[in-house]
Amino acid sequence: MRYKCIIAAAVLFVGLILPQALFAQEDAEVPDSLLAEVQLEPPPQPVVTEGVDRPNDNGHKLTVKWKYPEEGVDLIEGFEVYRSMSPDGEFQLRGQSPADYFEYFDIGGVDKSDPDYMANDEDYYYKIVAIGKNGVSSESEIGGPFQTSGQVFHTGKIPVLIGVVIFAFFTVYFISSAKKGKELYVRPLAGIEAVDEAVGRATEMGKPILYILGIGTAADIATIASFTILGRVAKKVAEYQTDLIVPCYEPIVMSIAQDVVRSAYLEAGRPDQYNDDMVFFVTNAQFAYVAGVNGIMVRERPATNFYLGYFAAESLILAETGNSIGAIQIAGTDQITQIPFFVVACDYTLIGEELYAASAYLGRDPLLLGSLKAEDWAKGILMVVFLIGVLTVAFGWDGIRELVRVNL
Amino acid sequence: MKRRVPLTIVFIVSLFMVIQYFVPLDSWAWMYQYLIDWTIIIGVFALLLGIWSLLRVNYEKIQRKSENWQYSIVTLLGLFIMIIVGFVPGWGNLENYTYQHLFYYVLVPIQATMFSLLAFFIASAAFRAFRARSALASLLLFSGLIIMIRFVPMGPLSEPISEIATWILQVPNLAAKRAIIIGIGLGAAATALKIMLGIERAYLGRD
Repeated sequence: MRYKCIIAAAVLFVGLILPQALFAQEDAEVPDSLLAEVQLEPPPQPVVTEGVDRPNDNGHKLTVKWKYPEEGVDLIEGFEVYRSMSPDGEFQLRGQSPADYFEYFDIGGVDKSDPDYMANDEDYYYKIVAIGKNGVSSESEIGGPFQTSGQVFHTGKIPVLIGVVIFAFFTVYFISSAKKGKELYVRPLAGIEAVDEAVGRATEMGKPILYILGIGTAADIATIASFTILGRVAKKVAEYQTDLIVPCYEPIVMSIAQDVVRSAYLEAGRPDQYNDDMVFFVTNAQFAYVAGVNGIMVRERPATNFYLGYFAAESLILAETGNSIGAIQIAGTDQITQIPFFVVACDYTLIGEELYAASAYLGRDPLLLGSLKAEDWAKGILMVVFLIGVLTVAFGWDGIRELVRVNL
Repeated sequence: MKRRVPLTIVFIVSLFMVIQYFVPLDSWAWMYQYLIDWTIIIGVFALLLGIWSLLRVNYEKIQRKSENWQYSIVTLLGLFIMIIVGFVPGWGNLENYTYQHLFYYVLVPIQATMFSLLAFFIASAAFRAFRARSALASLLLFSGLIIMIRFVPMGPLSEPISEIATWILQVPNLAAKRAIIIGIGLGAAATALKIMLGIERAYLGRD
C-alpha cells in the first residue's frame, strides 16, 4: 500500500506538476524573446538637412547637418557620415559623430593626389547612418548635392585691412608732408646718438668695431633694419678710417652685408679701404657662431660692439663677453625675451621698434622720418581704441571688441 | 635701371604678399608657397658663397701667418673632415657611423658647453643689474627678488609671495611687454611699407 502511494504520487508529479513546471518555464521565456524583438528594431532614421560650405577658406571643406528625433538619441551609439560623388556611387566613410551632435565637419584633401581630395564646385552626396545600441543601424536618405568653394576674400580679416589702409594713408601723408619740407620732430634716441661717439672712440683707441647682425635671415625685418644701420655705421667707419669686422651667421645676410658695406665705403669716398674679408661667414650653427664671435672679441678686443638684428639665446653670451673686454656696446633687437639681457649687459639698447626707427634717426632723411610720424599717429589711434574698448567692455558692451575682432 | 628693376620686383612681390593674406584661394596659396620655396633655393646657393668666404678668409690667415693663424687650420680641418665623412663615396652617407659620432659626440657637446655658459653669464649680469643705486634700480631688485623666491618653500609666506609674483608678471610686466609688442608690430609694418615703396633700400646697397 505504501509503495502504491509513492508510485501514485510519482505519476501525479510526472503527469501534472512537471508539465506545468515546464510550461511555466516556457511562459517565463516569452517576455525575453519579445524584448529581443523590440531591441532589434532599427533606430529612427536621420534626415540630412544641409551641407554648408565653410566661409573664408580655400574650399575643400563642408559641414553636413542632419536632424534626428530626440527620443532616438538614447537608442544610438552615434552617427557615421558617408560621402559620394554621385547618389548611385560608392559611399565612403568620412567620420563619426556622437549621438547628441547633429553635424560633421568634413575636411577634404587639397591635393588631387590625396585620396581624401575634395574638389571645389563639384557635387557631393552624403548619407548619415545612425548606429543603434542593439547593433542595428538605420540609414538616412541620400542628401545633396552639396558643393564646397573657395572664397576670393577673407571677410574675417576686414579689421586688419582697415588697419593697413589707415596706416598706409598716414605713412604716405607724412612722407609727402616731409617731401614738401615740413619740419618733423622726432625724440632723440640715446643709443643712436651714441653711434658717432662709439665710432670716434674706436678710432682714438686704434681698435676695430665689431658689428653683429644677429642670427636672423635676410627676410627678417630686424635684419633688414640692421642693414640700414650697418650702412650708416660703415660710412662713419670709412670716414674715420677705422677697422670694421662683420661676422655673419647666414650666407645671404653676408652677401647683402658685403654689398651694404662696400657701398658705404664708396659713398664715403674710400672704396680702396674696403675688402670682402671685413664681412665674412662664420657658421650657421647658433652656438658655434657664438664661440667664433666671442673668440674674435677676445682676440681682437674691439672698442665698440654693435648687436643689431634678430637674437636668441646667444644674446647674453655675446653681450657679457663684450662687457668683459670693456667695449662700448650698442644693442637693439625686436625679440622681447632678449631685450632685458641687452639692457643689463650693454651701454645702450634700442628697444623693439627703436631698431626699425634707427635708420631714420641716423639718416634724417625726410622720407624715413615721415614713416616714423605715421607710426606715432597709429600708436595714438590704437591707444584711443584700446581705451574706448576697455571702458565699453567694463560697462558690459562688447561692440568695440567685436568690431576689431579678427576671425581667422 | 640698375635700381628700378629690383625695386619694381620688390614692389610687385611685396604687394602680392600683402594681398594674398586676404585671399584664401588655392592658387594664391600655391604662389605664396612657390615664392617661399625660392628663398630656400637661393639659400642653398648662398651657402656656397658662405663656404667660399670661410675658405678664403681662413686660407689667407694661414698664408699670411696672421695672429692666431693656427685656429684657421682647425676650422678648415673641421670643415673638410665633415664634408669628406659625409659625402665621399665609400664612406657612406650622413647616416654613417663616423659622421654620426662626430656630430653627436663632438659638435653637439661643444655647442651644449657654449649654451651652458649662459647660466654663469646670467648670474654675472644679474649681479650688475640688481645693484640698488637708485629708486628704480631698487624697485627692479625688489621685484626680481620676489620673482626668484616664489619657488622657494617659505612656509606661510609662500602663498602671498606667489600671489605678488604672479601679479608682477601678469600686470605690470605683461602690460610693458604688450606695449613693446604693439610698437614692434607697427614698426615692422612701417618698415615693410618703406621697403615696398622703395624708401628703405639699404638692402640693395647704396645708389
